[in-house]
Amino acid sequence: MSFDKLLGIHAQALQLHAKRAEVLAGNIANADTPGYKARDFDFHEVLRQQVAGESTLTTTHQRHIPLDDGVISPSEMAYRIPTQPSLDGNTVDSQLEHTAFAENALQYQASLRFLGGTIQTLKKAITGQ
Amino acid sequence: MSMFKIFDTAASGMTAQTLRLNTVASNMANVDSVSSSIDETYRARQPVFSALLNQFNPDAPAVGVQVRGIVESEAPPSMEYAPDHPQANEEGYIFRPNVNPVEEMANMISASRSYQSNVEVVNTAKQLMVATLRLGE
Repeated sequence: MSFDKLLGIHAQALQLHAKRAEVLAGNIANADTPGYKARDFDFHEVLRQQVAGESTLTTTHQRHIPLDDGVISPSEMAYRIPTQPSLDGNTVDSQLEHTAFAENALQYQASLRFLGGTIQTLKKAITGQ
Repeated sequence: MSMFKIFDTAASGMTAQTLRLNTVASNMANVDSVSSSIDETYRARQPVFSALLNQFNPDAPAVGVQVRGIVESEAPPSMEYAPDHPQANEEGYIFRPNVNPVEEMANMISASRSYQSNVEVVNTAKQLMVATLRLGE
């Protein structure tokens, strides 16, 4: 019995949410950087691939380093399509990034709750309550 | 834990915005610095931001901000005929800096808002991490 199976999808989702928070934080920090292109990734697609165990980068040589779990490969990172052009070429939409960040934080907390619940259940089973 | 990187990223944004606020303060403080020659006149300063690319991993998803340098405005300082002014040159002219107070105010508001966004990001990340540490309690 492995812990990965016990904890379900939320352990992976949590890592991915943390990664997305990092990406969105980068966008927010670069809101005033000329020429910066806002980035993001398709959460559902990446999670699906990670659950299915598909790696987006294939290793064809023994010295290639495979990607660890929870790491986004460069090919999965996409650029946001801006709704309005800006003079300095920056594509960060502050409102959009903020809502995305808040939403992601909430989803992170939701995953955390699910994990917490599972851990509580396991604890109860172990202590025989 | 990748969430620690959020602190670095947001901190770099905060540092950059602080520097921007500093240049605004400098420009506003010198808005009335009069001088007698065009070369000695104060010129409005602006920081130049660029994304801080990771040299080891150019495809890293999240990047911070770095301040490339500070440039002085190329706009010509305004010349004013004021022969009674103690700083006036032989022809009776004084030179005023090319600081645009309206532009500086807009810049200041933008910088403080961006600073706030970064603080919010840090706060949220902190809350999430504290909640993660309490997992299973």
